[in-house]
Amino acid sequence: MKLNIGYFYPELLNLYGDRGNIQCLKMRLQWRGLQARVLPLTVGSQIGFAGLDLILMGGGSDRDQELASRYLGAVKQEFRRFVEDGGVVLAVCGGYQLLGDYYRTKDKKLGGLGILDIYTEWEPGRLVCNTVLDSPLASAPVVGFENHSGRTFIGAYEPLGRVLTGLGNTGASDLEGVRYRNVVGTYLHGPLLPKNPQICDFLLERALERRYGDQGILAPLPDEMERLASREIVQRRLGRRTGQRMQKNFIQGIVDSAEKG
Amino acid sequence: MRIRSKIAICCARIAYHCIRLFSLGDGAALPGSLARRIDPELLQYLAGQACRKIIVVMGTNGKTTVNSMIYQALSKEGKRVISNRTGANMENGIVTAFALGVRRKPADYACMEVDENAAQTILPKLEPDVILLTNLFRDQLDRYGEVDTVWERIRNAVSQVPEAVLAVNCDDALLAALLPGCPNHVVAYGIEEAFMDPIARPRVQEGTFCRFCGEKLRYSLIHYGQLGIYCCPGCGWKRPEADYRASRIHIGEEISTLKLAGRVLRPRLSAPYQAYNILAAYTALEAAGAPTESFGETVDCFDYDNHRECRFIINGASVQLYLAKNPVGFQQKLSLLCRDKRQKDIMILINDSAQDGRDVSWLWDVEFGYLADAGAEVIVTAGTRRYDMGLRLKYENIRCQVAEDVEEAVWRLTEQGTKNLYILVNYSGLQPMNRLLERWQEEQEYLHAQEEQEYFRAQEEQEYFRAQEEEDDL
Repeated sequence: MKLNIGYFYPELLNLYGDRGNIQCLKMRLQWRGLQARVLPLTVGSQIGFAGLDLILMGGGSDRDQELASRYLGAVKQEFRRFVEDGGVVLAVCGGYQLLGDYYRTKDKKLGGLGILDIYTEWEPGRLVCNTVLDSPLASAPVVGFENHSGRTFIGAYEPLGRVLTGLGNTGASDLEGVRYRNVVGTYLHGPLLPKNPQICDFLLERALERRYGDQGILAPLPDEMERLASREIVQRRLGRRTGQRMQKNFIQGIVDSAEKG
Repeated sequence: MRIRSKIAICCARIAYHCIRLFSLGDGAALPGSLARRIDPELLQYLAGQACRKIIVVMGTNGKTTVNSMIYQALSKEGKRVISNRTGANMENGIVTAFALGVRRKPADYACMEVDENAAQTILPKLEPDVILLTNLFRDQLDRYGEVDTVWERIRNAVSQVPEAVLAVNCDDALLAALLPGCPNHVVAYGIEEAFMDPIARPRVQEGTFCRFCGEKLRYSLIHYGQLGIYCCPGCGWKRPEADYRASRIHIGEEISTLKLAGRVLRPRLSAPYQAYNILAAYTALEAAGAPTESFGETVDCFDYDNHRECRFIINGASVQLYLAKNPVGFQQKLSLLCRDKRQKDIMILINDSAQDGRDVSWLWDVEFGYLADAGAEVIVTAGTRRYDMGLRLKYENIRCQVAEDVEEAVWRLTEQGTKNLYILVNYSGLQPMNRLLERWQEEQEYLHAQEEQEYFRAQEEQEYFRAQEEEDDL
């Protein structure tokens, strides 16, 4: 089995180690004996949505985002069809903002793809910190680093998770990110997937399901290093005891999913 | 002199000497902070009084090296120079340097490295004669913000001092984009031949889209990052013509050669990118109208590592320490390490203190895949983000060990390893590691010297007894 991963505008949307998410998707397929093909969709290249299983959009500066939004405007309709058809999308930071209707920066309004009915407003004061979430997509706490001055309002959509510590979408609610069908939008980088392998596997499972009708759960991988990297942040931000309890849940989660598998 | 300034300077000096006397630190910033409390306008005053000309160095990488090179070149010409060579590049550090350096007669030059993000407040006070811009890369995004933000800040800062001459690396498309519409007189420098090896090029590039029309820039030559020869197919904007060039760059094991302004220089470069630093320093000196007769001499015997990236011998093992604090810098260090074809051990120490930047996402912008063929026997990760670093290597299918105890790990690697150890650290790990290695090396040298003495003494004794015996025999 093979998945095609489309990396949108790597030369514009690459701000916070976003390539790590691609690397994570690719390696976790390869380690399980599955194939991955990464298609860097540079500016000007033809995008065949039909062949894509996963789309990743990273973050960029306001300027780069404006350029990206200009280029993406041409494929708006196809992108939306891809999403409605259950295509898997991970959009981080600037990419997340692009999913919405618009992003009003300090001095102008950037049009988004309008795939989700959400919007982003610039406010002074950047939201910068290590963040930990409780997300339905993972039994372990989800960790990442956020750094944004846009505040994203997600309306009635489901968030990626509830903020246990950190600032989240607006700095004022306890919601972080957004979920719609198989789309995940988030401000968390770090990058997100390597330290949160359960989310990576969730995205891969959805993509395999869509392409091959495969309902199965991916075989578990030895995620010791992932666990330790994530524990470092959880313990630092939430204290040792909470960290240990959460890790216990995490391991239980892996055992459960292994049994199910 | 203003009484208030005088008191401030006095206090700064006393503070500096106290700090040094009691070994409380390097005293690079605190005296300045104290002096500014006493006289908030001290910097304006000193900048006007303490020296005749001011050269400012800014840019992501190479500031400290270039600043120090300019300092040495001017000193060699017999000029008196005030400088913040320690790298304290915020207002406090600059005030400290001035307060310590000011004499009754003004100095000939002040050369100051200035943090790009503090430039907006510092440059108008300094009113420099020359501003040197070396390069602009992503660096600690959570601390400094995106490259575009830093770019804006530099533009604002420069626009406030239209009298200053801009010495600019025109190979950097981002910096060159500052020039159209800028009132300052510009002197450009660049390199027009390939001289970097491919490992030194990170895949992630900055600012490769035209800042005027948004079209993707076309490169006919890329050195590394966004540095190279470029033009815009959209609006026709292109790399400005360079006034000063380095050419025929050859990086040798010991001595490298390069041609600059008709002269052949023979510096002991530790890395190809240092060619840019030499060129930058030269351009800044020319722009300031400073004499450059002995520039070649300065360059040839310059210490390119600033005492920061030293080589040590510990337990008979060669230990090379490298500072690698942002993706472009890290990539350069990886390329150096790969040039050494011998088997080696590698330690990568990554911290996330406020100095380093709390965010370690940038590790994923570095091409660690090269380490797979770098002849590495053992790779150890350490520091507060050792697991993140381990994770980064795991996703390149590179095996590593994670060290909880740094000292123990370094000791073990020098004792049992390939005897060829590389240690890469980011900012906050540098000084502690440097001190540790220095201490060990000194201790071992001392012990070694003692053993040697002991040995010679024993030999002397033996000889003495033998002579006595011979005498007795006779």
